[in-house]
Amino acid sequence: MTLSFHQMLSRISFSVLTAIIGIAFALPLLWFLFAPFNARAELGLEIPAVFTLQNFYTVFENKFAMRGLLNSFIQSVGGVVLVGISATLAAYALSRSDVPGKKSITYILLLFSSVVSGSAAMVPIFLIISSLGLIDTHIAVILVFAGGLLPTAMFILRDFIDGIPKSYEESAMVAGASSMQAFRDVALPVIRPGIVVVVVWAFVNIWGSFLIPFILLRSDELMPASVAIYSFYSEAGTPIVTLLAAYALIYSFPVISLYLFVNWKFGFRFFGGIKA
Amino acid sequence: MKNFSLLSARAGALFFSPAAALVGAFVIVPFFWVIFVSFTNRTLLGKTALNPEFVGFDNYIALFNMSTFFTRGQFGFSLILTIQFVLLSALVGQALLGMVLAWLLQSTPKYVKVFSESAVIVAWILPEVVIGFAWFAFLDYDNGTLNMLVTSLGLEPGDWLLENPFWVIVFFNTWRGAAFSMMLFNSAFSSIPPSYFQAADVAGATSFQKFKDIALPLIKGHVVTDLILITMWTFNVFTPFLLTNGGPSYRTELLSIYTYRVAFKDFEFGKGAAVGVVIMLINLAFALVYLRIAKQKNKGTA
Repeated sequence: MTLSFHQMLSRISFSVLTAIIGIAFALPLLWFLFAPFNARAELGLEIPAVFTLQNFYTVFENKFAMRGLLNSFIQSVGGVVLVGISATLAAYALSRSDVPGKKSITYILLLFSSVVSGSAAMVPIFLIISSLGLIDTHIAVILVFAGGLLPTAMFILRDFIDGIPKSYEESAMVAGASSMQAFRDVALPVIRPGIVVVVVWAFVNIWGSFLIPFILLRSDELMPASVAIYSFYSEAGTPIVTLLAAYALIYSFPVISLYLFVNWKFGFRFFGGIKA
Repeated sequence: MKNFSLLSARAGALFFSPAAALVGAFVIVPFFWVIFVSFTNRTLLGKTALNPEFVGFDNYIALFNMSTFFTRGQFGFSLILTIQFVLLSALVGQALLGMVLAWLLQSTPKYVKVFSESAVIVAWILPEVVIGFAWFAFLDYDNGTLNMLVTSLGLEPGDWLLENPFWVIVFFNTWRGAAFSMMLFNSAFSSIPPSYFQAADVAGATSFQKFKDIALPLIKGHVVTDLILITMWTFNVFTPFLLTNGGPSYRTELLSIYTYRVAFKDFEFGKGAAVGVVIMLINLAFALVYLRIAKQKNKGTA
C-alpha cells in the first residue's frame, strides 16, 4: 500500500509529537540514570567523568538503610500473603457459592472501599491500631494494607474466576471430588495467573507507599525504605545527593523488575482497576 | 439438569470470613469511627487523649467558620485548592493528555511507541518517595535539569517551587498519573474494529475527524469511567506532600495534607476526623455516580 504525501506527513508528525511527549515524561527521571553512578553527583544533570559504584558501596554499609529495605520487604510480603490468600478465598466464594445477599455484599464493599480513602481514614486507623496496642509494629502496617487493598483485589479475582467455566469443577465433582478438592486441585491451578496479577499489584502498592508506615511506625528499626530514605539528609536538612540517588535506585529496582515481569508474562494491559 | 452448588453456603461463608474480618476492621469500622471522633475534642496528647468529650458540631463549625474559611492554611482554602487541583491535573492534565497519547500511539512506529509508552508508565509505577525526590532535583534552582533547559533556550531560570508551587503540583500530578488514562483509552481504542477506520480512510478522513466522529462516540463509556476514577484518586492523593510538604506557606496544602497536619502535627484528632468525614461525603457522591454507571453498563452487556 502506498501512502499519499499527506498521509506520510501526518504519520511523521504523529511520531514526532509522540516522541516529544515521551521525552518530556523522561526528563525528570533522566537525572537518575547518571547521579547514582557519580561519586560527586549534585542535583544537576551531569554525565559522570567516571562511572563508579562507590555510592552503592556506601549505601550497602549503612545499616539503617539496609534495614529499611528489609522492613519494606517484610511488610510487603506480609501484606501480599494476607491479601493473596483472603482475596482468593473470598473471590471464589463470591463467584461460586450461593451465599444469600451476594450482590448486596459486593455493592456495599465496593461503596465502602471507594469512600474510605487513606486521607479520610488516617485518624480512625491510627486510633484503631493504637487501641489494639499495635502502634509501631510490622503487623500494624500489614493489617492496614491488607484491609485497604482487599476489596479491589477481590473484584479483580472475582471477575477472573467468573470467566472460568463452572463445568471444570462440576465434572470433578461428578467424578467424586469434594468441593474442597475441586477448589484446590481444579480451580486453583486455573486461577493462578489472576492471583499472580493481584499479588504483584499488592506488592507494588505496599512497597511504594509512604503515608501509612509514616503514621503507624515510630522506631527507626521498623521504618520501611520509603521513610528510611529521609535519613540521607544532613542535620541542616539538605540531602546527601549521592547516597539518596543510589538508594532510590536500589529501592525502585523490585518495582521495575516486577513491571518487566508482568509485561513479559501477560502483557501490561488492563486488569480491572490496577491501582488503588 | 440438576443445579447443584459448587460451594455450600456454609463453606462460602467460611471462605469469605478472613476477608470480611480484615475489611471490616480496617475499612468499615474506620468509616463509623471517624464519624464518631469528629464529634469529640479528642487529641493525640494530653487529657483529652484519654477522656475525649462530646462537643457536638463544634469541629464542623470551626471548619466552616466563614471569617477564616478562605484564609491560607484553613479548611476552605484547602478545599478550593483541591478542587482546582483535581480540575487541572486530573480532568485536563491526565485525562486529556492520556487521550491524546493513546490516540497518537495507535499509529506510531513501534520504537517510538515503546519508548514513549514506557516513559509514561515508569512515571506511574515508581515509588512516590523516589518520584518526589526526582522532581526536587529536576526543579532545583541552581542545577536542576529544568532550569538547565530553560537557560539553554535563552530564558530566565525560575525558582519553581517557591514562585509557582501550585502549578508545580498540577504538572507533577499530571505527569505522575497520565499512564492510567493512557492505558485505559489505549485498550478502548484497540477494541474498535479496524474496519470502521478503513472505511473512513477510503473517504479521505483526517485523523482528527476519525477521532471525533468514530472513536470518541464509541468509547464514551470509558471516558466517563476514567474521569470518575481519576477524580476520586486525585481528590485523595497525598504524594504532593513529598515534593512540597504542603508549602510554601500552605500554598500546596491539599485536603489530604491538611488532614494530616491538623491530626498529626497539631494533634487535633477531632478536627482532623471532621475533615475526614467531609472527604468521605465527597467520595461518596462520586462513588454513587460511578456505581450507577457501572450498573447500567453491566445491564447493557448482559
